[in-house]
Amino acid sequence: MSQAHDHAHGDDDHNPFLAHHFDTMGQQAGAAKLGMWLFLATEILMFSGLFLAYFITRMFYPEMVLEAHEHLSKIHGGVNTIVLLTSSYTMAMCVRSAQTSNTAGIKRWLLLTMGCGGIFMFVKYLEYSAKFEHGMLPGKYYSAHLHGYEIDGLPHIFFGVYFMMTGLHGFHVLIGLAVMTWIYIRANRGDFSASNYAAVENTGLYWHLVDLVWIFLFPLLYLVK
Amino acid sequence: MSTQPASTSINPFDENRETDYLRAKKGLMSWLVTVDHKRLGVMYGLAVLFFFLIAGLLAILLRTELFTPDQDFMSAQTYNQVFTLHGAIMVFLFIIPSVPAAMGNFLLPLMLGAKDVAFPRLNLLSFYIYSVASVFFIAALLNGGLDTGWTFYTPYSTQSGTAVVTATAGAFIAGFSSILTGLNFIVTVHKMRAPGMTWNRMPLFVWAIYATAVIQVLATPVLAITLLLIIIERVLGIGIFDPAMGGDPVLFQHFFWFYSHPAVYIMILPGFGIISELITVHSRKHIFGYKAIALSSVAIAVISFLVWGHHLFVSGQSELVGILFSFLTFAVGVPTAIKVFSWIATLYRGSIVYNTSMWYAMAFLWTFSVGGLTGLPLSTLAIDVHLHDTYFVVAHFHYVMVGGTVVAFIGGIHHWWGKITGKMFNETAGKIGCLLVFIGFNVTFMTQFFLGHQGMPRRYYAYLPEYQTMHQVSTVGSWILAAGLFWIMIYLIASLFNKSRAPANPWGGVSLEWHTQSPPIEHNFHETPHVHGSPYDFPEIDKSAGFHAPH
Repeated sequence: MSQAHDHAHGDDDHNPFLAHHFDTMGQQAGAAKLGMWLFLATEILMFSGLFLAYFITRMFYPEMVLEAHEHLSKIHGGVNTIVLLTSSYTMAMCVRSAQTSNTAGIKRWLLLTMGCGGIFMFVKYLEYSAKFEHGMLPGKYYSAHLHGYEIDGLPHIFFGVYFMMTGLHGFHVLIGLAVMTWIYIRANRGDFSASNYAAVENTGLYWHLVDLVWIFLFPLLYLVK
Repeated sequence: MSTQPASTSINPFDENRETDYLRAKKGLMSWLVTVDHKRLGVMYGLAVLFFFLIAGLLAILLRTELFTPDQDFMSAQTYNQVFTLHGAIMVFLFIIPSVPAAMGNFLLPLMLGAKDVAFPRLNLLSFYIYSVASVFFIAALLNGGLDTGWTFYTPYSTQSGTAVVTATAGAFIAGFSSILTGLNFIVTVHKMRAPGMTWNRMPLFVWAIYATAVIQVLATPVLAITLLLIIIERVLGIGIFDPAMGGDPVLFQHFFWFYSHPAVYIMILPGFGIISELITVHSRKHIFGYKAIALSSVAIAVISFLVWGHHLFVSGQSELVGILFSFLTFAVGVPTAIKVFSWIATLYRGSIVYNTSMWYAMAFLWTFSVGGLTGLPLSTLAIDVHLHDTYFVVAHFHYVMVGGTVVAFIGGIHHWWGKITGKMFNETAGKIGCLLVFIGFNVTFMTQFFLGHQGMPRRYYAYLPEYQTMHQVSTVGSWILAAGLFWIMIYLIASLFNKSRAPANPWGGVSLEWHTQSPPIEHNFHETPHVHGSPYDFPEIDKSAGFHAPH
């Protein structure tokens, strides 16, 4: 019968990034990626609750949603869509740089991605400020009628859903920026190479999900017909 | 399973042991920052048992208040808070993490032949997230209590003056711990199996934990967003669940049960896994229908997502939806029955050893079957209208949760006690404990089926005098049950002071956890084991093979 597990991991045995409980870097990276995909599944399910809330609101009050959405800024939303789509490209280039052991590339593309994330949050700030000023707030804080905006029906529900969805999404963008900062520090340290880039790739997967959620939020909230 | 643990085999009776995981590192800090799955399993074990004790004492208070029809020592409001905390703590802090987080953490890597789970630091983080969640629950307990019931139904939960935000935040945080544990286990099963450990050679406990983990990962995020919406509803009043503001309270029930019905299977599936191990090892016979049991766990996980509407039969959903949910609920009975019949078929002509663990397995077969079968009248639309929100429902889910999961959990603790602690308990004491629990449990809850059928509604602190006799029987039963549980606690703690050490394989098990010393060394195995067969090929079956796996 075969002997206990072999030690023929080759160079992996010497890779300082191999944790003690894994046998090979391939096993370690595979585990990390599978874990990330599962995490993304939980994210989609969490957002799906809000999407369901959105569809039910729209089903109950179609005219109100149509009227209330006119007050969302298509310009701000559109700019942010372009910014996030661009950031997905820069993120993909960042992962590509990691795969080719190009540390300078990782850092450059990462900074561009973070820049896009920053622009997104700035535009979001402008957008939220306008909503606050016009009293278009969720639930019991809704006071747009006091600022001269008359929306028929129950617009406080629409703005509740709007702030919940874009707020949770914006929170994910902030988390993404924090994670990218950490990845930048590690890249600066020279942690990543063609044999160890699972962390960069997982950050990329997360960022693409954040982008993907916005791809659905933008038409559903801003482009209602 | 002919397994080769190392170049030199481990003699289970060898007293020359190596430093085990309990003694590998010293001091409190070595426990607080440990990433060893076995230590984390023990820490979870202690934490969940602590909350089992607290929530159990609350239950005794409830039963004692119900000894007479009128108010004894609790006001209606106090009673509401006590039953709410009993339920919420039992569900979120005890039963959901009990088997998966405590026993799963300890056993999963050992059974797979791995050194640890896939993400050991994430595992430690899960434990701390769980700890933070428990602090929130304790804060809710001290800060005005909670009186919504563990289900947090709107619109009452958005109006109640009690600490709803604190408690829902606690459940929200506990959910993340559950998600991360489930995620960790799925990746561990996929990526960390020892060479030769194919899917069909995994112990059935691993299959059960795997199916549980899938539910944890897919259902819990929906609970997270639901609880977040409750918090937002209370803080901002967005009105999505509030009919006065144009929202829909039934929407909350859909959201809540979309998680919480699958969560019922998070609670019971790991119990099934334990029973599969107990029955086959202690009847010295290969499990009957290995694949059927393994895949029925997965089938239950899938169906569990399609039955939530049976909690809403009287909440105003359409008749057609009610019929569909009723039919799908009956469908759960099929994979569940496959398991029960396979266990009985395994016992048939087995060399049954009637030790404490087997007693618990037998107790489980009775109590779980009663719990499962009484689910059928509840899933029948017309009958549910009569039984809904009565003690019949209370008895039904206690038969599944306590008679099923808790009995399996205690049985599992006895089965693996030697492996975990390195000490053996007294068998006679163990059997006395099992008998007390079995009698106490059945006296408490069998009575409640009749109470419920006669119309006693749940969640009332006072009742009509004609129910008094049965309430008193039930209350006495709960005292017997509590005595049994304290008895178990006493002799298990006493066993820790035994001089003699547990052998590596006291029951002649074949799965990998029995192929390392008791308690295991820090990295589980000296060398990664190679697996060549089923975890249930007991040597009695193949007389040509000795027990210590041929080399």
